[in-house]
Amino acid sequence: MSQAVANKKNRPKYLNLTALLFEIRLPVAGWVSILHRISGALLFVATLWLLFMLDRSLASARDFAFVVHYLQLWPVKLALLVVIWAFCHHFCAGIRFLLLETQRGWDKKSARLSSIIVLVAGVVLTIVFGARLW
Amino acid sequence: MVTRIVVGAHYGWRDWLVQRVTAVVMAIYSVVLAGILLVGPPVDYDVWHALFAQGWMRVATLLFAASVAWHMWIGVRDILMDYVKPVGLRLALQVFVVVVIAGYLGWTIQILWR
Repeated sequence: MSQAVANKKNRPKYLNLTALLFEIRLPVAGWVSILHRISGALLFVATLWLLFMLDRSLASARDFAFVVHYLQLWPVKLALLVVIWAFCHHFCAGIRFLLLETQRGWDKKSARLSSIIVLVAGVVLTIVFGARLW
Repeated sequence: MVTRIVVGAHYGWRDWLVQRVTAVVMAIYSVVLAGILLVGPPVDYDVWHALFAQGWMRVATLLFAASVAWHMWIGVRDILMDYVKPVGLRLALQVFVVVVIAGYLGWTIQILWR
């Protein structure tokens, strides 16, 4: 126990900003994981906005027309595209985590492959839904 | 040999399970809704309004919203536990998040049963 404490004191730390940004490279599964967290946080914030649009779109025909018009503005479209990506990535990565937790795809090769599939699927689904929106 | 002392009332395990069950509920709802919108006629106000006027759709959406709320709470709480170390600040942020999520849920109910 005292040995552990002593080691803890002497443990080298290498977590400065340069190291985080340029030197420590995440494996692809790590990217899926941190993006799952970032997209989740983003969706928590975006829910306010999405509820605003749901509220207006169901209020009356005039308000619905306003939302449709509002969604034509390019900054709004861009923001919605980011939210769509966050949803798609969170969705795909979540399914991957559920599969991993039920002991599927545990070997290094399939885990890496499923990570790549999730990253690509998130972007492809965003393009598909984005194209329909545009 | 590591001696582990297991304490607590398994709150972590319950939250872990809840997060997965709510995830499945949300996934099913999302796929069904996307299917309805893709297969059905182009969405104008009448189509949109008629969809959310149906009882089953309102209940399904409420179930979805409740799942979002619970899932969101566990997720955001985990993020706060990982990155915000001062206890007072973390507690304040957690209270804020709870209030926001409760507001989201209340607003959703108000939108659905207007």
